[in-house]
Amino acid sequence: MQRTVFRSWWLPYVLVFPQMAVTVVFFFWPALKSLQLSLYRVSPFGDTMTFIGLENFTKLLADPEYYRSVANSLVFAAGVTVLAVAGALVLAALATQKIRGLAAYRTLLLWPYGIAPAVSGIIFLFIFHPTYGVLPYFLSFVTAYEFNWLLKGWVAMTLVIAATAWTHLGYNIAFYIAGLLAIPGAVMEAADVDGAGPVRRFRSIVFPLVSPITFYLVVLNMVFAFFESFGVIDAVTKGGPGDATTIMVYKLYKDGFIGLNLGSSGAQSVILMALVIGLTMLQFRFAEKKVTYR
Amino acid sequence: MSAVGAGQLERVRVGVVAAPRKKPFPWNAAIVHALLIACIAVVTFPLYYAFVISTQDIQEVVQRPPRLIPSSHLLENYAEAWRKVHMGRMLMNSLVMAVAVAVGKIIISMLSAFAIVYFDFRGRILCFWMIFVTLMLPVPVRLMSTYEVVGTLGWLNTYQGLTIPLVASATATFLFRQFYLTIPNELAEAAQLDGAGPIRFLFQFLLPLSWANIAALFVVLFIFGWNQYLWPLLITNTEAMRTVVIGLEGLIPRSGTELPTWNLIMAGAMMALLPPVAIIIFMQRWFVKGLIESEK
Repeated sequence: MQRTVFRSWWLPYVLVFPQMAVTVVFFFWPALKSLQLSLYRVSPFGDTMTFIGLENFTKLLADPEYYRSVANSLVFAAGVTVLAVAGALVLAALATQKIRGLAAYRTLLLWPYGIAPAVSGIIFLFIFHPTYGVLPYFLSFVTAYEFNWLLKGWVAMTLVIAATAWTHLGYNIAFYIAGLLAIPGAVMEAADVDGAGPVRRFRSIVFPLVSPITFYLVVLNMVFAFFESFGVIDAVTKGGPGDATTIMVYKLYKDGFIGLNLGSSGAQSVILMALVIGLTMLQFRFAEKKVTYR
Repeated sequence: MSAVGAGQLERVRVGVVAAPRKKPFPWNAAIVHALLIACIAVVTFPLYYAFVISTQDIQEVVQRPPRLIPSSHLLENYAEAWRKVHMGRMLMNSLVMAVAVAVGKIIISMLSAFAIVYFDFRGRILCFWMIFVTLMLPVPVRLMSTYEVVGTLGWLNTYQGLTIPLVASATATFLFRQFYLTIPNELAEAAQLDGAGPIRFLFQFLLPLSWANIAALFVVLFIFGWNQYLWPLLITNTEAMRTVVIGLEGLIPRSGTELPTWNLIMAGAMMALLPPVAIIIFMQRWFVKGLIESEK
């Protein structure tokens, strides 16, 4: 519903101007520029541009390294999402039981959200450190396998997944706690009277009721993992060892900013844009019940 | 569902009245407490470990088996980290960036939401959709060209370059819009009868009603700004403009020949993470509200 109370032919434009200026100068213009770059061959210093149509895309899609970064992104996003969403659901279910000291427990669960992924990465780097870290030390009692993230790609991937999932936990827990508290107490009591134990209640009542939140969080965590996880990769592994942790965003940065391959980075931007549009659409489909925008 | 629920509730009540029982030991609660404490121990361990390392000297850091209790070098490590990498300057830069991004996003979102809700003007719907589309253009997607724009403006290594390109906010605008729509139209009409213009209405009526939303948004946006990485990495290349999250990465030894000053790195990490974590803990109510409402 729209209300129009005030009349002025100029004031609304003044009011929306700052937001529109930032949007056009730093969002629309650069996005169109990326779109344009993706269709040109640009010399490394940007002085000559040649229109080459879709060549940047065909080259990119013929490059096994690009597929590697796509696969890495999928593994990374799936790992982070499963760990952070499932972990949060279990923790939120525990933190909404009728017990004492709930406020303290909840505070102790929410704070990791404040930690920058890059800082979290540095802390986990030390925990995983092959020479000084506490984790390889204790694992060495169990197995002689060398858990060295500098040499083994999957260890490096595990490291960045763990560090990222850690920072997502608080966010997801806050959502689940809100969702779980919204379940009418009578429903749970009814199940209790019918003799359903805690596990059964969780499986047949709680889980279905929070499934919209779960879908929503899955999409949101994927978006974060795909687009906001540059810091953890750059601070910890720099995409290595080999290209084992080069996710799409990191490859875009490396090719564009370090390799100065502007055409390819433009093409990569366009592909990422398509991805984020898809994920945002998905997110709004699941958020529909919670928020209305019309 | 509610009919069934009410019926079941009735049965519970009848049952309780008919057979009052002695309360057994709350096994379930004890198990929940134990599980929660175990999970919190796991979640908190990385932070505890970072703190422990930040209090040890180098011998204790490298000693095997690892020493998992704090030592006595806290002050000297923090002082050393502070001195060695211009921690003060970097924390200052992070603070400026976080506050400027949060306040900037709140102000421009408040103004544009006000225009969209309380005025009918040509291009209103267009503005609304343009703001919406920014959701689909995160920094990595427009990386190189945004850098170019900022370079053209001569904003590299400046606070405005660090903050202004990040201040557009679709979520904050939607949040304010939703909030304004819940305010009865009569309030604006009454204000108008009293002779208040739109600007006075915004500052004297809407703003006082919005403080709760503003506080909640501020917490979430402050953390967003403080924890930025990619943008400050691109836009700043002088030591004087580095934010603390970026500066920390520079401390990590990348070659085998450097001394492993992990105690100093962890001291730096503690200083970098303390402000946003403290904000969550002290403003928990606002934080959760901001998170659930703004979703980002």
